Amino acid sequence: MSHLIPVSDTAEVQPAGAVAAAELQESVRVRRHLPWWRLLLRDKFATASVVWFVILLAFVFLGPLFLSDKATAVNLAARNAPPGFSHGFLNILGADPLGRPLLPRLMVGARNTLAIAFSSVICALVLGSFLGMIAGYVGGIIGNLIMRLADVISSFPSLLLALIVLYILEPHVMNLVLVLAITRTSIYLRVTRAEVLEIRERAFVDASRALGGGAPHILRRHIAPLVAPTLGTIVTVDFAAVMLAESALSFLGIGIQPPEITWGLMVAQGRNYLTQAWWLAFVPGAAIMLTTLSANLISSWLRIINDPAQRWRLEISRKEAKP
Amino acid sequence: MLRYIGKRALQSAVGLSVLIIAVFFLARLTGDPAKLLLPINADQALIDEFRAREGLDRPVIEQFGVYVWNVMHGDFGTSLRRHRPALDMVLEAYPVTLQLAFTAMALVLVSASLVGSVAAYRPGSAVDRTVTVSSLISASVPDFWVAISAILLFAVTLQWLPTSGYGSDIRFWLLPLGVLVLRPFGMLVQVVRASMIATLSSAFVRTARIKGMSEGRIIYVHALRNALLPIITVAADQTVGMINGLVIIETIFGFPGIGKLMIDAVMARDFPVVQASILVTAIAIFTLFILVDLAYVALDPRIRHR
Repeated sequence: MSHLIPVSDTAEVQPAGAVAAAELQESVRVRRHLPWWRLLLRDKFATASVVWFVILLAFVFLGPLFLSDKATAVNLAARNAPPGFSHGFLNILGADPLGRPLLPRLMVGARNTLAIAFSSVICALVLGSFLGMIAGYVGGIIGNLIMRLADVISSFPSLLLALIVLYILEPHVMNLVLVLAITRTSIYLRVTRAEVLEIRERAFVDASRALGGGAPHILRRHIAPLVAPTLGTIVTVDFAAVMLAESALSFLGIGIQPPEITWGLMVAQGRNYLTQAWWLAFVPGAAIMLTTLSANLISSWLRIINDPAQRWRLEISRKEAKP
Repeated sequence: MLRYIGKRALQSAVGLSVLIIAVFFLARLTGDPAKLLLPINADQALIDEFRAREGLDRPVIEQFGVYVWNVMHGDFGTSLRRHRPALDMVLEAYPVTLQLAFTAMALVLVSASLVGSVAAYRPGSAVDRTVTVSSLISASVPDFWVAISAILLFAVTLQWLPTSGYGSDIRFWLLPLGVLVLRPFGMLVQVVRASMIATLSSAFVRTARIKGMSEGRIIYVHALRNALLPIITVAADQTVGMINGLVIIETIFGFPGIGKLMIDAVMARDFPVVQASILVTAIAIFTLFILVDLAYVALDPRIRHR
C-alpha cells in the first residue's frame, strides 16, 4: 500500500506548482463525490452489519404485527423441540419447555431489547451533551460541579450502580432506561465539554458573539453542528455497551421481569435447560452478540469516514490501488 | 507529591460520602426489610420486635447518624439474613474476587501487549486485520452467554472441566478466567495497537533501528514502554469495568466472591451487606485510581503532579 499517497500528504510531497495544485483540487473534488453508501460498500464488515440491522428493524416493526400471539402460544406437543422443520416453520429455531416457538419470541424480544438500548442511549446523549455544553461553555462553579459528579458516576462500575438503583427502585422498564442512561451520560458529557472548550476559542464564535449572538444561539447554531459527528460515533459504540448491560441485568434477574421478554432474559431462562435444550440459551445470546458486534463495526466505519486522515482508505477502490 | 496524594484522597473521600448518603437514604425509600424477611403470616408484634431490634423504627436521620458512627468504628452492621457482621462477610469474599481479578488482569495486560504490538508492527497487513476483527468480536460478546456456552461445551459435552464450583484445583479457574479476560482483552488490544502504531513511527525507533538493535528489542523494550501511558489509563478503567464481569462470572460459576455476595444480598434485600460491599468496593476503586496516578509518574518523569 506504500504507493498510495493520502490526499493530505500530497501537497508536501509534490512541488507546489499550479499543475500539482490543480491535480490536487481535481482529485479532492472527485473523491468528495463518493456518496456515503458507496463508502459503506467498500467496507464489507460494515455492509454486513447494516444488513443485519435492517433485518432486525424488520423484525421489530413487522414481527409483532403477525407474531406476538404466536410468541406466547403454548403448544405442549412441541416442548423443547430442537431446531429444524419437524414442528413447522415457526419452530425452525426450536421451542421452549412450554412449546412456545423460539423464532417469534426472539422477534418480540428484539423489540424490547432494541427499544430499551435505543431510548437509554438517546437519553444519555441528550442529557450528556446538554450538561457538557454548559460545563464547557459556561464553566465556573457549575461546570466544576458537573464534572465532579461525572467523575463520581464514571469511577464506579456501571453494573453495580444499576444494581443499587434497581434494588432501591422497582425493576421497571422506565427505571432500567433511567439507570442505563445515567451510567452512560458521563461519556457524552466529557466528549462534548472537551470539544466545546476547543471550539469556543475559534474566530467564528468570537464573530458571532461580537454580532450580539447569545450563548444559546452560539451553542445551537455554531457549536452543536461541529460536536455532532464525534457524538454520532460514540452513540453506535454505546448502543452496543448499553445492550450488553441491559442483557446482563436481565440475565441476573434484576432487569426486565417476565412475562416481558428480552434477549438477556431468554438466555437466563434457557440456562435452566442447558443440558436438555441448549438452543434456548444459545440462540438469543448469539443474537445479542451479532447485534453488538454490528454496532461496533459500524462505529469503526463511521470513525474512518469522519477522519480525514483515514477516509482515503475507503475512497480509493482496490482496482485503483492496483494499477 | 504528598500534597497531590492528599488532594486525590480528599476528592475520593467526597465521592465516597456522596455514595454513602445516596445509598443509605435511597435504600430506605423503598421496601421494608421486616416484611421481606419475616414469614408472611407474622403478626404485628413480631414485626415490631424485629424492627426495634434492627433499629428500623427510629427516624431515618437518627438511623443514618448511628450508621455513620458505626462505620467510623469499623462496624457495618449485622447481616439481616445470616446474623453475622456484614464486614466479616465482605472481607471473607474479597480474597476470592481479588485473586480472580488480578490473575485475569495480569493475563490481559501481557497478552494484549503482545498481540496488539504484533498487529501494530505492520498496520493493514493480514495479521493486523485478523487481530482487529477478533478483538472487536472479543469486546462485543455478552460474557454471560460465553460462560454458558463454554459450560455447555467443556463441562457438559466434553466433560473436561467442572460445570461450576470453587477450589484450589486449577480446573475450577480455567473457565471463569477465560470468560473474564475476553472483554478487557478485546478493548485493550485496540488501545495497544493504536498507541504502538503512533510510537513505532517516532524518531527514536528509527534511531534504534539504525543502531542495529533487534526488532524484538525495539518493539517490546523501547516502543512498548513509551506506548504504555494510554494503555495503563484504559487498563485501569477496564479493571473497574471487570467488576461488572465478576458479578456475572461469580454468579454463574458459583465463586464465593464479592459479586455473588452482592447479588445475593440485593435479592434478599439485606441492607447492611449491600452497603458494606458497595463501600469496600468503592474504597478499593479509589485506591486503584490513586495507584494509577502514581504509576504515571513512575513511567513518565515528565509528568509532575502539583
